[in-house]
Amino acid sequence: MGQKLIAGINIDVNDEGYLTNSSQWNKEIAVEIAKEEGIEITEKHLAVVNFIRDKFLKGENLTIRSVGNSGIVDIKGFYSLFPGAPMKKAAKIAGIPKPSSCV
Amino acid sequence: MKKIVILGAGTGGTIMANRLRKLLERDQWEITIVDQSKTHYYQPGFLFIPFGMYTKEDVIKPKMNFLPGGVHVIFEQIEKIDATNNHVILNDGVILQYDLLIVATGTHTCPEETPGMTGPLWHKDIFDFYTIDGAIALADFFKTWQGGELVVNIADMPIKCPVAPLEFAMFADAFFVERGLRNKVNITYVTPMSGAFTKPRASKVLSALLEEKNIHIVPDFYIERIDNEKKAIISYDEKEILFDCLVTIPVHKGDPAIGVSGLGDEMNFMKANKHTMQSDLFPNIFVIGDASNFPTSKAGSVVHFEADVLTENIMCAIENRPFTASYDGHANCFIETGFGKGALIDFNYDTEPLPGSFPFPGIGPLGLLKETRANHYGKVMFRWIYWHILLKGKEMPIDSKMTMAGKKL
Ligand SMILES: Cc1cc2nc3c(=O)[nH]c(=O)nc-3n(C[C@H](O)[C@H](O)[C@H](O)COP(=O)(O)OP(=O)(O)OC[C@H]3O[C@@H](n4cnc5c(N)ncnc54)[C@H](O)[C@@H]3O)c2cc1C
Repeated sequence: MGQKLIAGINIDVNDEGYLTNSSQWNKEIAVEIAKEEGIEITEKHLAVVNFIRDKFLKGENLTIRSVGNSGIVDIKGFYSLFPGAPMKKAAKIAGIPKPSSCV
Repeated sequence: MKKIVILGAGTGGTIMANRLRKLLERDQWEITIVDQSKTHYYQPGFLFIPFGMYTKEDVIKPKMNFLPGGVHVIFEQIEKIDATNNHVILNDGVILQYDLLIVATGTHTCPEETPGMTGPLWHKDIFDFYTIDGAIALADFFKTWQGGELVVNIADMPIKCPVAPLEFAMFADAFFVERGLRNKVNITYVTPMSGAFTKPRASKVLSALLEEKNIHIVPDFYIERIDNEKKAIISYDEKEILFDCLVTIPVHKGDPAIGVSGLGDEMNFMKANKHTMQSDLFPNIFVIGDASNFPTSKAGSVVHFEADVLTENIMCAIENRPFTASYDGHANCFIETGFGKGALIDFNYDTEPLPGSFPFPGIGPLGLLKETRANHYGKVMFRWIYWHILLKGKEMPIDSKMTMAGKKL
């Protein structure tokens, strides 16, 4: 565990760059992390990120399908917003732990 | 007379009916349980059917055999819960009024969620083993199959018993070795997770075990559709895997009745407090088992541990006391690894499966996170325990709270 300077603030992150304290998150941080992931943030990205944060903070299960059913994007759209590994990328940008789908 | 209504007479509903009937005075509390089916399925047994180890008769019994006297049993489909009026509406129009409601409607597979799954190849070259019909169709198929690409695919998480697909792959390995066909069968394990399992240490051990058995793992594959002509599964990011025989674990959802009642998440899993098991929205509604949105395994062992907590908390609710029991996410799963061996994992919301011995530290007889013969017999015995002890709601020698004793960090 360590710290990283993101958007001018020292933020607690783990080895993979996921925030370890999700309350340190703000929109500027999201924009910065997204850039590192090669993503230019749009309103659509933010809507998804907020949805994911909200679910996480409520302690609910997060799956790609739940995002696809959110009414914000469908699953294909989710993949095109966060190419490759949408859930992992979106979680990182949303300042929440790397999702390990529940067992 | 006060009324408790239990929705679903599967593992969880049956245990709760037995427990509560014993605890509550018959002249004060009426207990009603509703289910759409008269047959109780021993679902863990479905895994053994494709390989001819169990038949249909080994896994079904009448639900009535397990429900106690003094409980009102209704066989009808549940349509909706009208929670603001404390009503349950059944398919035939009957309305049940309740003071306390326990939701135990489980989860079911939804093959229609994946385009192409229930197309022309369904139950011909594409099978599930999470339903009795799928498991039997696959058993018939395997009897004459001469080999080819066997693809095992998990469509999405969560699923019931997340180790069952792994066990299936390892059983398939053993089955085709024994039939002298293993060199003609390629087994590929395709999963949306980043490895064989989600929890890191178990994933490492289990991934190594699959490799040892020459089962190829394709991680991070999120299926979008099935091309029946090409016989291929295709992911959302357009990766393609060809199959001759596809064994799918379809998308799982909670019951639509939970969704239409406004009590569920997007997948119809009931939203509730993962420690108290009480609904977030209505204090007189509780949930047990696969029907919940709790971040733990959807497994019979979980249902059993939850039953201890729920029984205590329901008694608190009845006696107007604050909740005294809290569920920690404890799960305990046997994993069949083939050739008469098995592994065992034990974990909760906060602690991942660790190596060690169970239930007695240093002695076992069961080994955690390793392959032993004793673990295999543990699973075999589980069927007897399930029918004779677990469903009846009797005490089991394993505590509902996970313990660190015997585990190696
Ligand atoms: C292949 C397979 C292997 C498994 N292996 C294991 C294992 O090794 N170990 C383990 O611990 N667990 C295992 N499990 C999981 C275990 O079987 C389940 O977790 C457990 O049965 C869940 O109990 P439940 O009461 O929540 O749901 P269920 O037992 O599924 O009961 C739900 C009940 O609700 C009824 N119902 C639902 N909706 C309605 C409605 N609208 N109207 C009327 N009735 C309704 C259904 O008919 C059903 O009877 C396995 C499952 C499968 C499929």
